[in-house]
Amino acid sequence: MKIGLFIPCFMNELYPKSCIATLKLLKSLNLDVEYPEEQTCCGQPMANAGCAKDIKTLAYKFVSTFSKYDYIVAPSGSCVTMVKEHYKDFFHEDDEEYNKTKTSIYEICEFLHDIMKITKLDVKFPYKVGLHNSCHGHRALKLGTASELNIPYNNKLRNLLNLVEGIEIVDLKREDECCGFGGTFCVTQEDVSVAMGKDRINDHLDSYAQFITGADMSCLMHLEGIINRDKSPLKVVHITEILAGEVQ
Amino acid sequence: MSIHNHPKKAKEFVSNDERMHWHDKALWFVREKRDKASKSIPEWEKLREYAQQIKTHTMANLDKYLLEFEENATKRGIKVHFAKDAKEHNEIVYNILKEHQVKKVVKSKSMLTEECHLNPFLEKKGIEVVDTDLGERIVQFRKEPPSHIVLPAIHLKKEDVAKTFHKELGTDENNSDPTYLTRAAREHLRGKFLEADAGITGVNFAIANTGGVVVCTNEGNADMGSSLPKLHIACMGIEKIIPRLQDLSIFTRLLARSATGQPITTYTSHYHGAIENGEMHIVIVDNNRANFLSSNKYKKALNCIRCGACMNTCPVYRRSGGHSYDYVIPGPIGSSLATFRDPKLHKTLSFACSLCGSCSNVCPVKIDLDSQLYNHRQDLYEKNIISTKKRVVMKLSVWVLNSPILFSILGKITRKIVPLIPKKIIYNRFNIWGKQRDIPNMPTKSFKELYKEGSIDVK
Amino acid sequence: MSSKEKILKEIRKNNLAKDMGLPAYINFGIKFENPYKTFCEMIQSVGGDAICIKEESLYDTIKKLYPNENNIASNLEELKEKFLDTNLENDPHNLNTVDLAIVKGEFAVAENGAVWVSNKSNRHRALYFIAQNIILVVKKEDIVNNMHEAYEKIDFDDLTYGVFVSGPSKTADIEQSLVIGAHGPKSGYVIFLE
Repeated sequence: MKIGLFIPCFMNELYPKSCIATLKLLKSLNLDVEYPEEQTCCGQPMANAGCAKDIKTLAYKFVSTFSKYDYIVAPSGSCVTMVKEHYKDFFHEDDEEYNKTKTSIYEICEFLHDIMKITKLDVKFPYKVGLHNSCHGHRALKLGTASELNIPYNNKLRNLLNLVEGIEIVDLKREDECCGFGGTFCVTQEDVSVAMGKDRINDHLDSYAQFITGADMSCLMHLEGIINRDKSPLKVVHITEILAGEVQ
Repeated sequence: MSIHNHPKKAKEFVSNDERMHWHDKALWFVREKRDKASKSIPEWEKLREYAQQIKTHTMANLDKYLLEFEENATKRGIKVHFAKDAKEHNEIVYNILKEHQVKKVVKSKSMLTEECHLNPFLEKKGIEVVDTDLGERIVQFRKEPPSHIVLPAIHLKKEDVAKTFHKELGTDENNSDPTYLTRAAREHLRGKFLEADAGITGVNFAIANTGGVVVCTNEGNADMGSSLPKLHIACMGIEKIIPRLQDLSIFTRLLARSATGQPITTYTSHYHGAIENGEMHIVIVDNNRANFLSSNKYKKALNCIRCGACMNTCPVYRRSGGHSYDYVIPGPIGSSLATFRDPKLHKTLSFACSLCGSCSNVCPVKIDLDSQLYNHRQDLYEKNIISTKKRVVMKLSVWVLNSPILFSILGKITRKIVPLIPKKIIYNRFNIWGKQRDIPNMPTKSFKELYKEGSIDVK
Repeated sequence: MSSKEKILKEIRKNNLAKDMGLPAYINFGIKFENPYKTFCEMIQSVGGDAICIKEESLYDTIKKLYPNENNIASNLEELKEKFLDTNLENDPHNLNTVDLAIVKGEFAVAENGAVWVSNKSNRHRALYFIAQNIILVVKKEDIVNNMHEAYEKIDFDDLTYGVFVSGPSKTADIEQSLVIGAHGPKSGYVIFLE
């Protein structure tokens, strides 16, 4: 089984630690992982800004780079959603390469939880942690049960975090409220975006969390930006770093 | 008309931090009540699925059901009128009123009449129109549009209402007790009900196989207004039709629970004729609704039953207020309806959304709201309505991203240079991200560089 | 071309919807172990109240619940003699002085505390709304579980109006504060007869 590692463009440049943690998690399961170096970006920021037409070339490139793998794994729910949901406009419905890509792409936690079905992690993280359920992973990929729905509760991120020794996941008042990142929304609606981010952070502070974690670095980057500016006593860490025991 | 600007109005709303949070919490409270109510019904998701199927089926056979409705209503002695647009709707209503020499009208909530601007039209003709829903009466006194379709005065604090009622009804300026204010409105409006010559209501559901309409209220204002005067006019959009009486079992179970978390509205009134010696009219309006049917992407927006749940859950609506949308229906559903109707005028609305998808999950008829807003953005691009600056930036980004080498070089340069630049220069006025947020710390090497070097220890 | 024809033409021209068929009607609604108990809980949650009494003590119960109301109207056969018969009134506006209306409810719905009231025996539907207080009288055996069962019992063959009433009229339009008694009755009882 060959795995193609897809690293979102901004994570590659700004958050190499989370990328390394992702790679380590996969390698620790003795998987054959390859990182195709020709990859860049799935095109999501442009598509969410209304310019999906322009990213056709990126979509073709993505599919030709990744369709050969048995599984494509990425540390980002929103990028995976982009490929799964929004690439379909660029391909014929019978396009074999795209259909294969679409069905073999997984967010890393989803992959560990559903495909590898891991039940053990040999790591410790003795802190109070707030789990930020990023919207695309949470609602589109169904990594967790959305609070709006009346279906049995499950949360794959929480299940994985519960395998970590010593961790205490705090209860938030608003379990899955959006943090306000939203791609270009964070600048086109800066005021609302930051207000949402601050509310999200305060929910964590009110619950005495020491860390905010989640499966989407873009949301975390936005929250981290506010936390650093306001000098809030909170740290931000991508979930892969906790799961891989990589938090220093 | 100048192009509406949601970000600008949202900025104003957010700038009053205390009021913004008060608004956010008030609506979140409603959302929580909705969650509790929906979770008390084990078959909730099945109800939503049924509702969606019924509505979608109805829209696909709308011509047939409209005719069936008209035929059955007419058999009952109800007079049915069709209006192509807002203007014709207002004229029809006015002509009926004129024929009955009506001077005073009491009206219950109807977003359609708001959409058609019926009140100012009738007032110009010398007819007094009194909105009888408490929230609507408050905003009518203040000459403001409603800011929410179910909670028209949710943007106002009780002190605001006390001031308005003091001015309009002579209540104690310093008494803002909701019970006191509501009692004052009750007295005032009871007088209006008793002296009205006609009652106008909206319609929640129009039943094709019986020819009657259903109106849901908590206050009883629709019923007071349509049970005392001899004349009752009900105004509805063509999309209000449902095929069968029993379909109401699905919709009445969903509507109030979604809207306010109540198990049902206090009154669910089924009108199938006029009062003794009275007349009942129904005005059915298109006003560009049929256009939605031509679009596979947006036609589901017609399925909306106007519960307002998407507004209560929307993190942007809660923090920007209904008036920031500049459209008769605010929030996610309003953004989609408005953009479809006039993309240029409402070009900022599909972006007044972080694409979190909560709206689609609370929607009792499963409208794919977040997908619609995503699609609207693409359509704006297609129609050349997106700003040139943004297009150029996006095209340039794609051009860079098409080349892994160029992208890596640019990334490397950024990571090297940014830490060297003084903070003052980085946080300049063009750096919108940096107004209230720090930029991320720049690592020395990218993941790709580390991977290539083979310096990642994966043991 | 009339507006009606124009609208229909527009609909037919635009409609590219693939028909998905009308789902067959089946009752999948929640059922309760004790519908009476659920009804009482629900109506209390919406600001009303319900009691169950023997049929013969109806008059005394009403007097006990509303000792100070003078102008009491009823459309119940058994109470017609004792209270004002509003069916004899020609103008519904004159019902404005009614302090308490006692009206017949056809059946009650457990899931939401609603009572189906229709005007077969009532000349003025305004009575349900204009009275300052209301009592709905329902037979105890006439409680259905949910709205699916409710609509199975309703038809409009010889009816021009019917309403589900769930508790007294209310509003929360001022700061989301619930106030009982908006335009309609300020209190609402359901009396079940055993």
